[in-house]
Amino acid sequence: MPILSYLKALNRALSTEMEADPSVVVFGEDVGVAVSNVTTGLLKKFGPERVVDMPISEQAFTSFATGAAMAGQRPVIEFQIPALLFLAFEQIVNQAHKFSLMTGGQVNVPVTYLLPSSGSRGGWAGQHSDHPYSLFAHVGVKTVVPATPADAYGLLLTAIRDDDPVIVFAPAGAIGVRDNVDFAALAPVPLGVGRIHRPGDDVTVVAVGHLVHDALAVAEELEGTVSVEVFDPRTLHPFDWNGLAESLERTGRLVVVDDSNRSCGIGGEILATAAEQLRLVAPPKRITRPDGAVLPFARELDLALQPTRAQIRTAIEQVAKTSYSTQTEE
Amino acid sequence: MTDAAGLYRTVRLIRRFEERAIELVKDGTIVGGIHPYLGQEAIAAGTCGALRPGDVITSTHRGHGHVLAKGADPARMLAELAGRATGLNGGRGGSMHAADFSLGILGANAIVGAAVPIATGAAWAARRAGKDLVAVTYFGDGAVSQGVVLETMNLASLWKVPVVLVCENNGFATTTRVADAVAGSITGRAEAFGIPASTVDGSDPEAVLGAAREAVDRARSGGGPSFIECVAYRFDAHHTWEHSARPRYRTDDEVAVGMRRDPVALQGSRIPAADRERIDAEIEALLDEAVRFAVDSPLPDPAGALDHLYADGLRARAGVS
Ligand SMILES: Cc1ncc(C[n+]2csc(CCOP(=O)(O)OP(=O)(O)O)c2C)c(N)n1
Ligand SMILES: [Mg+2]
Repeated sequence: MPILSYLKALNRALSTEMEADPSVVVFGEDVGVAVSNVTTGLLKKFGPERVVDMPISEQAFTSFATGAAMAGQRPVIEFQIPALLFLAFEQIVNQAHKFSLMTGGQVNVPVTYLLPSSGSRGGWAGQHSDHPYSLFAHVGVKTVVPATPADAYGLLLTAIRDDDPVIVFAPAGAIGVRDNVDFAALAPVPLGVGRIHRPGDDVTVVAVGHLVHDALAVAEELEGTVSVEVFDPRTLHPFDWNGLAESLERTGRLVVVDDSNRSCGIGGEILATAAEQLRLVAPPKRITRPDGAVLPFARELDLALQPTRAQIRTAIEQVAKTSYSTQTEE
Repeated sequence: MTDAAGLYRTVRLIRRFEERAIELVKDGTIVGGIHPYLGQEAIAAGTCGALRPGDVITSTHRGHGHVLAKGADPARMLAELAGRATGLNGGRGGSMHAADFSLGILGANAIVGAAVPIATGAAWAARRAGKDLVAVTYFGDGAVSQGVVLETMNLASLWKVPVVLVCENNGFATTTRVADAVAGSITGRAEAFGIPASTVDGSDPEAVLGAAREAVDRARSGGGPSFIECVAYRFDAHHTWEHSARPRYRTDDEVAVGMRRDPVALQGSRIPAADRERIDAEIEALLDEAVRFAVDSPLPDPAGALDHLYADGLRARAGVS
């Protein structure tokens, strides 16, 4: 089967959708030259009216996209750095996200925010290394974090077609992933539907974004010792609670791996929902960044604050051998 | 250091520092790359030449030149770029965040335009505290489209803040040409807020120094902010990733023409050859030692990855339980 890279998948989804729907336009910095490689070839194919290089005016062009969306366009905004979301938080959260409800449903805002290389890029320091997907899930913007090339393609397509604002994080740790893909089978992936990458009986590992690949590697290592199911929610909001419930019906044990800061991260929400409503036979665990983490520049420090495979492995082993009943016996 | 030889020394130091840093990016000593300042050395040298030790600056993602011109130790600066415990920021900041508060360097900043209000607030507060300090804030041509920069110009002018706004127009914001991003003129923005603005040859250290002196004097004497647009040409990549990715947004011919405006060659031509050679040799020795210091310095201890997160030493919970 031919190989598709994650980056090329994003590019292909944009191209496919721009061909299919003339209202799709791309806004961003250096999107013409395609510095991030996501928009490669699009300027030539679709022209400067649809691939629009913006001045460094994120607040303006984010709400400019909202206005354009109200007037019938379907803008996709590429942001060069996840931290730019802090700059445009007002425009996304307080404007785009609120219009539908606050106008009594008179208008929708079909804008897609695309974040290529979210999370640590390795040696880019604190202002370039955040992974703020939990913030957007928290405020209620539809939030997508694809882990694989096929999902990147399918979810970006769906995000663009969706009538609400949708934010798509393409983690730096996943963007280099290449997979064998049947191009004919590439298709939109619905929001709110998780994916089991590897079935297992003992422990469900919910992994977000690039961490899916780490979870899979650890599951492989533990083959024969612990049977690990790797569940990739793909969308954080809406979240596939039913999919997770089914998995936990079988395993009853849960580990969550999440590249968010610990307090108020999506990992905490997953644990809370599981504790409240789903079947757990053992105390769950989550692996996250520390509370309030700011990733320092030096490589060793940067890595020290992100979830590691060793941590995932230890957590799985611990969760596999404890249970609420043995705990209360102790 | 503001005579002809002193200015030469500064531009030459920045030039060679950047060239050495690029070598260290290539050999993997510096992770994450750098935004080279090559071609813009005159701006840092000329503006910092107009400052007193107690004055303050803020810098940008392309900030090595500013930090060196304000007096930072090249060895500790290189150690910072190499992520060493001995670096200016203990390896926490890297290329885009070098700071040395003992020298009034309030930090380089990776977010375009973000440091402009920080410098302005610092200058305002110092004035209130009775100090006759001046702040210089550097930003690129790309930053003049940031709302926060325009908002800050309004504040600075309203309250006659002793800040000098130095716009480094190097022709591009990443791959975007100034003409494709800036409506009206760069200096017109400042003028709209009642801030005196001028445009100087940012490839000429002495021209920059002259304009900076005038602006700094105005600020120090209570005359409020000034805006200087320094026009130069970025010789090298936006960021060193370009060395491998090679995005095409300017031709080799254009670059060759741009590189004829070489601040180091220009300032070098203003001093005797013997002085130039002596200064060059001193700088080589200094940088040899700086590289040795950086490479030999220890890496930071991962156990301290969250050190300094809070002023009171509050320890954050770890990411595992
Ligand atoms: C607010 C913001 N938007 C985008 C970026 C990504 N970015 C980093 S440097 C840069 C170009 C800056 O151009 P300019 O201000 O002219 O400075 P130069 O790089 O030319 O020195 C961009 C877009 C950023 N760091 N901050
Ligand atoms: Mg520029």
